[in-house]
Formats: sequence, structure tokens, C-alpha cells
Amino acid sequence: MLLLILKRIGLGLITLFIVSLITFVGVEVLPGDACTTYLEREAYGAALDACIKRLGLDIPADERYLDWASNVVRGDFGYSLSGEMPINEVLGPRVKNSLVLASVSILIGIPLAIVLGIITALWRDKLPDIMISAITIFSMTIPEFISATLLILIVAIWLGWLPGIVIIPSDATFYELLSNIILPVVAISMIMTAHMARMVRSSVIQVMASDYVQMAILKGVPYWKMVFRHVLPNALLPAINVVALTIAWLLGGVVVTEVVFNYPGLGRLVIESISNRDLPVVQALAIILASIYVGINLIADLMTLMLNPRLKSLQIRK
Amino acid sequence: MENNLITEDKQKNKLEKAFEILKTMASKPSGLIGLTIVLFHVVLALTSPYIAPYDYKAISPNTMLLAPSAEHWFGTDSLGRDVFTRTILGGRTALTVTFFGSLIALLWGGLLGIFCGLVGGKIDDVVMRVVDAFLSIPWILAMLLIVSLLGTSTEVLIPALGFFYGKGIVRVARAATHDVIAKDFIVSARARGHSNMSIIWNEIIPNVRDAILVEGAMRWSWMLLGFSSLSFLGFGVSPPTPDWGLMISNARGLMSFAYWSVIAPIVGLSSLIIGINLTADAFAKALGIDRSTKAPV
Repeated sequence: MLLLILKRIGLGLITLFIVSLITFVGVEVLPGDACTTYLEREAYGAALDACIKRLGLDIPADERYLDWASNVVRGDFGYSLSGEMPINEVLGPRVKNSLVLASVSILIGIPLAIVLGIITALWRDKLPDIMISAITIFSMTIPEFISATLLILIVAIWLGWLPGIVIIPSDATFYELLSNIILPVVAISMIMTAHMARMVRSSVIQVMASDYVQMAILKGVPYWKMVFRHVLPNALLPAINVVALTIAWLLGGVVVTEVVFNYPGLGRLVIESISNRDLPVVQALAIILASIYVGINLIADLMTLMLNPRLKSLQIRK
Repeated sequence: MENNLITEDKQKNKLEKAFEILKTMASKPSGLIGLTIVLFHVVLALTSPYIAPYDYKAISPNTMLLAPSAEHWFGTDSLGRDVFTRTILGGRTALTVTFFGSLIALLWGGLLGIFCGLVGGKIDDVVMRVVDAFLSIPWILAMLLIVSLLGTSTEVLIPALGFFYGKGIVRVARAATHDVIAKDFIVSARARGHSNMSIIWNEIIPNVRDAILVEGAMRWSWMLLGFSSLSFLGFGVSPPTPDWGLMISNARGLMSFAYWSVIAPIVGLSSLIIGINLTADAFAKALGIDRSTKAPV
């Protein structure tokens, strides 16, 4: 078991290593280096020399990669070009803001998704299922920027209940954030909940059709006892991986949502750094977002392993 | 003569099979709705340049932000351009780019997946690690970087989208190949001494084609979503080309009083994405493939 966990962690680290290579090589291969793209028309003379010196672009690429990678492992991402400050200082408040947004959305989204998924599965093809399914399919298919724009139009402009965009500095306190994040949280958890609810629904339906549930029905186990004792534990297990993948998938969608609501998180930093052509920050963001993805998947894999005795013995035999 | 007859028969069978699948798809209301919406959008995209009532780029200070009326069915935008004209033209770029992008994604993702599933071993391990690494970089970050450095022309967007949406197909094609590869007919083809190429072409592709096609149809709708998100962020098509994502982003600032110029492109884009989704689902069901437990990656 311990060996298996170590193996998974190792695979995750290999993936991250390849990601760092891809981002580094990608920035090298695409036309223009960090200095010429950033300085654009002013890329000559003293300014260019100073920039090249500061980023160490005069060193050969392989040495530069090793240097950069060893610094990243130690948690130092180097200097941002546009702000002329350590990238860690740029990232700090953004990470915190995104974390607040994500955790509130997850805290609301996961329980809601489980409840909706169970309701739609147990009342399959009846009125509750048809209504909830129509809403979930709608909110998981339309783009994030459309649902977010519609939310602003209806809730903020027509009804006037909440502020439409977030106007807080990136180092706002937790309480300042909380009053501003209601609409972004609704927009994000809407899509997340929809994906997970669909997954829980089909998983519950599958388990309900299995032999042991039929057996329990024939034995005369009361309906709700059967649902909670026999169906749910088995149905929610495969959902863990999908929850992980959905959260990871949302990393892309959060970029758009944060831009729509003007929310000062990691997502808006992605757009800002790319618009400013601040390649060191882009590289740092790629590594951080990829680590979050790998980390979430790793946790989901390990959770599934620990909760499922069958999978455990299967893996060991392999 | 006889040969001719056989090929004709085969072609007829293929057509009949395609028609059969279409009929099964249209037999359920959701599939019928999806097919109708997609057909409507395709016809609209083909005919809109001829039926558009105004010039899509004609700016006029006299007609700024007019409410919907008999002359301007969907009103006008902040530059005085007719929103109806721009809305019916707004899907053309998105449809073309994402259609060809999906084709590229299907081709390279499907072939690489089949190849990896067949040969296995070290090559498979290395390729899957790299695919995993690419999957863990958010597509939007990579796309934005490529587009901002190489420009937003369709020659950049189509291959870039095709590449980034194909890596998920690699996994699906590889898994489908693994399912097929242990079957008896592959073993006997190997025993007969067929080459890898011939096995891929004659035995594996006919058996994994359905799974890959369904995945490709699904990717199409995601790619459409991705492409419009890029346009919305200002990294997709460049103005004054009419495009739904771009129109929504431009009209958003003024939507407190000119909501029509944001509602029209929203309806256009959402209906197309929902239509493709419903069609892809119906397509999967008609081919007997269950996608209900798939994660959105």
C-alpha cells in the first residue's frame, strides 16, 4: 500500500517535471524571448541589455532551465517583468483570493450536487428529474461567460440585489471579499454542481440496477435504509474522481469567470500577465496551476484507493 | 462487372447505415431538437451573407444603441451597427474554425491513441506521460500564450485548437483499442502474419471508429465553447468581424440599458452549443455508447 502511494506521488512528480519542460521549451520555441516581447518597440540598447542581464537570458538555455527549476523547487519563481517585484509577492494575495472563491464554491457545490444527483436518480424520468436535469444540462453546456453575464444582467442590473462587478484591491481582507463573492460563487458552483450532479445521478442509477440492491429489495430492506446503507456508499465512490477532474477542469473556466466579475484572483492574473507579455509570470502560473491539477488528482486517486478495498487488492496483484 | 456490383452494394449499405443512425437519433425528442438546431445553424451560416439586411461593419453615429424596431429587429449596438445582421453572421467563423479544429483533433488524437494502445510498452508509457502533462496545463493558459505570440489568424487558431482538444481523444482511442486488442480476430490476424499497419487499418479502426467519432462530436461543442471564450477575452477573431463571443464582450459594458445587443449573441451561441451537445448525445446513444459517466476532460 505504501509502495503504491509512493508510486503515485512519483508519477505526479514526473508529470510536473514534463510540464516544466513543456512550458520552458514552449517559451523558448515561440518567436521572441521574454525581453523582446515585453519591451516590444523599446527592445534595443540599454533597456534590452538590462532586461537580458536581469533575466539571465545571456546564459545558455539548458543552464538557465536548471537554474530556474532548482529555484522553483525551493519556492522562488524569480522576478516579474511588469511589476518589477518578486513573483511570489504578486502571487500571494491572488492565490489567497482564488482559494477563498474555490473553497466557498466547493463547500456549496459538492453537497448540493450529491443531493440533486440522488433526487434525479431516485425519481428518474419523473417530474423532479426532468426539471432538475434540464437546468443542470443547460448550465453545464453554456459557456461560463454567458451564465456569468446573464447573472449580472438579471440579478445585478434588472433586480438590483447585488453589485455586478467586484471592485476590491487584490489584498482585500477576508470579510471584504465575502460580501463581494456571492455572484462569482453562484456562477462557478452552478457549472460545477451541474457536472457532479449528472455524475452522481448516473452512478446511483447504475448501482440501483445491480444484483445486490435487487437482492436487498427482495429481502425486504426498507427503501430508505437500502438507499443510505447499500446504494450511496457504492455510488459515491466513483464520483470522487469526477469531482477531482471537474475541479481541475474549472481552473480554465475560473479564468473567464474572474475576468467577467473583475475578481482579483489567479485567473485574472493569467490574462493580465499574458496581456502584459510577462513571460516569467506566465511560466510560474503554468507550473502552479499544473501542480494544483496533479495534486487534486493524486488526492482523489488515494482517496478512492483507501475507501475501496476491492481496488486495493486489484492494484497489489498487478 | 461483379466487382462493381459489390462496391455499389457496399456504398449503398454505408448510406443506409448512416440514414439508419440519423433516424434513430431523430426518434427521441432531444435528438430531434438537437439535429434541428444544428441544421438551422449550418443553413444560416451558409446563407447569412446573402440574407443579411445591412452591412455588418457599417458604423453610423445616427443609429447608435437603438431599441429593437421594425427596421432593426434586434436593435443596434454602440457603434450603430445592426445587431440582427451581426448575430446571423456571428457563427460563421466559430463554426468553420471549430469544425476543422475538431477534424484535426480527431485525426491526430485518434491515430496516436490507436498506435499507443497497439504497441504498448515503453513508447506508450512515454507518450501517455506527455499527454498527462499537457492535460494538466489549463488549456486556456496555453491557448492564450500561443495566440498572443503568434497572432489570432485562423491559420494559428485551427491547428492550435486541434492540438489542444486532441490530447483527450488520445486517451479515449487508446482505451477503446485496449478493449479491442485482446479479441480473437486480432490474435488471428497476428497469427496470419499481418503487419501492424494492416491490423490498425482493417481490424482496429472499424471497431474503435464509433467511440472516437462520438468523442469528436463532444469535443466539437467544447471547442466551440473554448473558441468563444477566447473571442470573449479578446484573443479570438479580431474586430470588426462579427463573432458572438466578441459581440457579448463588447456589449456587456452597456447592457444596463442596451440589453438587446447582448441577448441576441447569447441566444445564438447558447443554442448552437446546446444543439451540438444534444446531437452528440443522441449520436452516442444511437451507436450504443454510454457517455453518462465521463468526466469533462
